[in-house]
Amino acid sequence: MQFNSTDNYIASSALKQAVNAAIMLQKPLLIKGEPGTGKTMLAEELAKSLDTELIQWHIKSTTKAQQGLYEYDAVSRLRDSQLGDERVHNISNYIVKGKLWQAFMYAELNGKRPVLLIDEIDKADIEFPNDLLLELDKMEFHVYETGERIVAKERPIVIITSNNEKELPDAFLRRCFFHYIDFPNSDEMQKIIDVHYPHVKQDLVRQALEVFFNLREANGLKKKPSTSELLDWLKLLMAEDIDAKTLHDKTQKGGLMPMFGALLKNEQDISLIEKLAFMSRR
Amino acid sequence: MLVQFFFTLRKYRLPVSLRELLDLINALKQGVIFADVDAFYHLARTIMVKDETHFDRFDKAFSDYFSGIADLDLLESLKQQHNLPEDWLRKEFEKHLSDEEKAQLKAMGGLDELMKTLKERLEEQQKRHAGGNKWVGTGGTSPFGAYGYNPEGVRIGQDGNRNRQAVKVWDKREYRNLDSDREIGSRTIKLALKKLRKFARTGASDTLDLNETIRATAKQGGMLDVKMAPERHNAVKVLMLFDIGGSMDDYIHTCEELFSAAHSEFKHLEFYYFHNCLYEHVWQDNQRRHSNVIDTMTLINKFTSDYKVIFVGDATMGPYEIAYPGGSVEHWNEEPGSAWLNRITNHFDKVAWLNPQPVEHWPKYQSIDFIKQLMDNRMYALSLDGISRAIKELS
Repeated sequence: MQFNSTDNYIASSALKQAVNAAIMLQKPLLIKGEPGTGKTMLAEELAKSLDTELIQWHIKSTTKAQQGLYEYDAVSRLRDSQLGDERVHNISNYIVKGKLWQAFMYAELNGKRPVLLIDEIDKADIEFPNDLLLELDKMEFHVYETGERIVAKERPIVIITSNNEKELPDAFLRRCFFHYIDFPNSDEMQKIIDVHYPHVKQDLVRQALEVFFNLREANGLKKKPSTSELLDWLKLLMAEDIDAKTLHDKTQKGGLMPMFGALLKNEQDISLIEKLAFMSRR
Repeated sequence: MLVQFFFTLRKYRLPVSLRELLDLINALKQGVIFADVDAFYHLARTIMVKDETHFDRFDKAFSDYFSGIADLDLLESLKQQHNLPEDWLRKEFEKHLSDEEKAQLKAMGGLDELMKTLKERLEEQQKRHAGGNKWVGTGGTSPFGAYGYNPEGVRIGQDGNRNRQAVKVWDKREYRNLDSDREIGSRTIKLALKKLRKFARTGASDTLDLNETIRATAKQGGMLDVKMAPERHNAVKVLMLFDIGGSMDDYIHTCEELFSAAHSEFKHLEFYYFHNCLYEHVWQDNQRRHSNVIDTMTLINKFTSDYKVIFVGDATMGPYEIAYPGGSVEHWNEEPGSAWLNRITNHFDKVAWLNPQPVEHWPKYQSIDFIKQLMDNRMYALSLDGISRAIKELS
C-alpha cells in the first residue's frame, strides 16, 4: 500500500512519506496545519487512492471517547421492556457500534484496511485523547455490558487532524506519528490549482496568485485566506468571467479585489484591506 | 548510530523518548526508506517530533548531527556570510593529478579536521581563487572548492551535488517562527493563552445531569438513579496588572496583543494599569489615569485570594523606584513599591510576572532581579514557553 498524489490532491514528498510510514508501521498519524490546507481532504483522498472505505468520526465539543467505541441505548431498552418486546432479554440488541468499532471490524469483513478519520480532535474535551490511549495503541477494547472483547485483526489506517485549539497530552502524542502541513508556496499552489481547474487561463491564475499571496502578507489579518479559500475565489472569478486584466486593473487602482467575500471572512479584515488599498492608491 | 542521533536530539531539548527511537529503528528495519538522507530527515521528523514548535530545534539538531556525515553545500550560507561572488567558484579548468599527488592529499586528516580548516580558511580568504592548493576556488588541489581533485574534498558550488537539496531543507530552518522560545507573535499568543483554559474547569459535581439521570434510571430498569455533573463554567478568575508608559513603550504592541487575546479567553478577567512599579494607586482607563484612580488596597479587599494575578511589565527601572518611599518618578509615594508588591503576593495565592524583555537582558538590570526576588522567582519571559510555565505556576 503506497500513497501518492491523486487526480485532485497534491501531496508534498514529506507528507507522502509520513503517510506511508504510518501505513507501514500501523500507527495513527496526527496532522496539523493552518485551516484550509487540506487536512481532512488527505484522509478522503487516501481512502480513494487505496480504494478502501473512509470511516469519518467528526469530533465536537460534546463528543465522548466512549461514543467512538459503542453506546448502550438504555432508553429504547426501557421502552421495549414496557411494551413487552422479546428483544429486551438480549442486551446486545441495544449496543450501538461506534466508529472505532466499525473501523476495527472492517478489515475482517471486507479484507481491506479502512481509513479512519478522527477529525478535529482538539475540539473535544481536554481528557478526550487520554481516554483513547489504549484503544489506539492496542486497537482493542472491552464491551462491559456483554463481556465481549473487540480486537482489530488488521489495524485501520488512522488519520487524526487537529487545529491546535488545545494542546494534546504527551502520552497521546507518543503513540502517534506527526506531520505539519506547511502552507504551499506559489509553485505548489499552481500545481494544486492545476489539478482542481485544469482549464483555467494561466494569466488569470498568475494574477490571482499574486493578489492572494500579497493578501496573506498583509499584517494584522484576523484570518489569513488559505488554499480552500483561494480555490473558491478562483471558481467565482471563472464563473463571473473576470479576466486577468480586469483583476489587475481593479487591484492596482486601489479598492478591494472582485469577489473579495470568498477570501475575507470578517468585516474587520475587509475594512483593513480597504484601508490598505486606499493608502496604496495615494 | 541512531543512539547518538537520539542523544543529539535530547541535547537540543527535544522531548524524545525511547518509544520514538524504537519506532524509528523499526521503520528503518521495515524499509520505509533506504539510503536517502532527505527521506530520512522527513521520516525522523514524522516519528520523533510531535509539535511544530519543535521543528526548528529538530532542524538544528539534525544539521548538527549530520554536518559531519553528509557532503556539505556551504555555498548558500557562505554567500551570505562572506558575500562571495559566485564566479569565484565557477569552473575554469579541470585538473588531473597523478596517483602520487592523490596519496599526498589523503594525509590531510579526517573530515572534522577538514571542516574546521575550511571555516578558518574562509575567514582568511579575501579574493577570488582558482587553481592553487590552499584557498577555496575552482580546479585546484585544495580540499575546498569545485571541480578539483581531493579525495577528502568538500565540494562547494558544484553542479550535481546529490545532497544539495537535502541539506538545504534543514539548513533553511523554515520553522524558526514556530519555535516556542521565540517571542510572541499574534498567532502564537492565542495558542499560549489557550493553555489557560486548562485550569478553566474546576468545582465539585453540583448540578443535576438530567440526561444522564434518565439514562442511568433506564439502565437500572426504572429505579431512580440520580447523576450529578460538574458545573461547566469558566471558574478561573484572573486579575491582570499592566505596566504602561515609559520603558514599556517598546512593548506596547506585544502587550496589546496579549490584552486582546486574554480578553476573549475569560469572563472573569479584570485589568488594571500601573506605571513602572506598583504603588498605592492603579487605574483602569489610561486616558483618565489622574482623575480615576483606584486604591491598591481596594483591589486587595475586593478580589478574593483565589484570583490569579498576572503582572505584565518589563521591570526595568531604577532600583530606588522599588525600594524607597518617594522613589516613584511620577508622584510622592508614602510606602516603597516593594511593600505594595509584597502585599499583593501575600494576599493572592497565585502570582506571576510576565516580562517582555528578552531573558538574555535580565541579568543586566538590577531592578529585574529585585522584582524577581519579590515575586519569589515567579518571573517569566513573554514568550510561548514563558507563558506556559507561568500558567503551570498559576494553576
